[in-house]
Amino acid sequence: MENKTKVHAEEGKQELFITRDFELPIDLLFKAYEEAELIEQWMSNDYTTMKVVKLDSQKHGGYQLEATAKNGNVVFRANGVIHEFVSGQKIIRSFEMEGTPYGVQLEVYSFEKLGEEKSRLEMHVIYESVAQRDEVLKLPFAQGINLAHNRIEAMLSKSK
Amino acid sequence: MNLRRDVFQAIADPTRRAILLLVASQSMTAGAIAANFDTARPTVSKHLQILTECELLKPEQSGREIYYHFNAKKMKEVSDFIEPFRKMWDDRFDRLESVMKKYKSKK
Repeated sequence: MENKTKVHAEEGKQELFITRDFELPIDLLFKAYEEAELIEQWMSNDYTTMKVVKLDSQKHGGYQLEATAKNGNVVFRANGVIHEFVSGQKIIRSFEMEGTPYGVQLEVYSFEKLGEEKSRLEMHVIYESVAQRDEVLKLPFAQGINLAHNRIEAMLSKSK
Repeated sequence: MNLRRDVFQAIADPTRRAILLLVASQSMTAGAIAANFDTARPTVSKHLQILTECELLKPEQSGREIYYHFNAKKMKEVSDFIEPFRKMWDDRFDRLESVMKKYKSKK
């Protein structure tokens, strides 16, 4: 089966591309990035709840996000400024995970209509350096390790 | 050669990730590793075998004991860690799609 989400990251470059085709009309896909309530819904998962602290969806606007774990602990805060916001077409914004060594990344979102019920999103993400991009790529693996680690701790404390 | 897929396979399993974490902090014998898990000893041995086959772990004989070392070099290739990253975005976009489909039907 072909992957719905494609990631293109060339070795030794400080950028990457993420492409995804959605079974959604383009206006709905764009709305998912425009409204705080919707962002909170799709950015939350089984482990973390995403809260939109601030969102001003327009040129010269910006945003602040806060992710909390099920126990209420803040996992991370993120923020950025919006450079371009063209409804149904394009968003250019910065993204920074506060208090992490991953720096600031520039994100260019291109929205494309493929049909009445089909649309495509391409994210072009540019990092400060090749090393930083590679660190971000490793993140999901590191998180997996952390989750496993927490389970080990829970298991160890139980067996004491 | 299926080395690349083997690395994905190895890190897809939570117990194997936990083993890697343990061994990354210090080299351990199979017995010491197994002591950290509720899982049956032969199951842990099987995990160690898989991790060794894809070279994420390196067994080294020291006297009568075999110590497992974490082979960090194996994780350095971009291509090895891109799959978990892709999967993370795939999950996120799946949620976006289902949230917006529900939103649409409510209207």
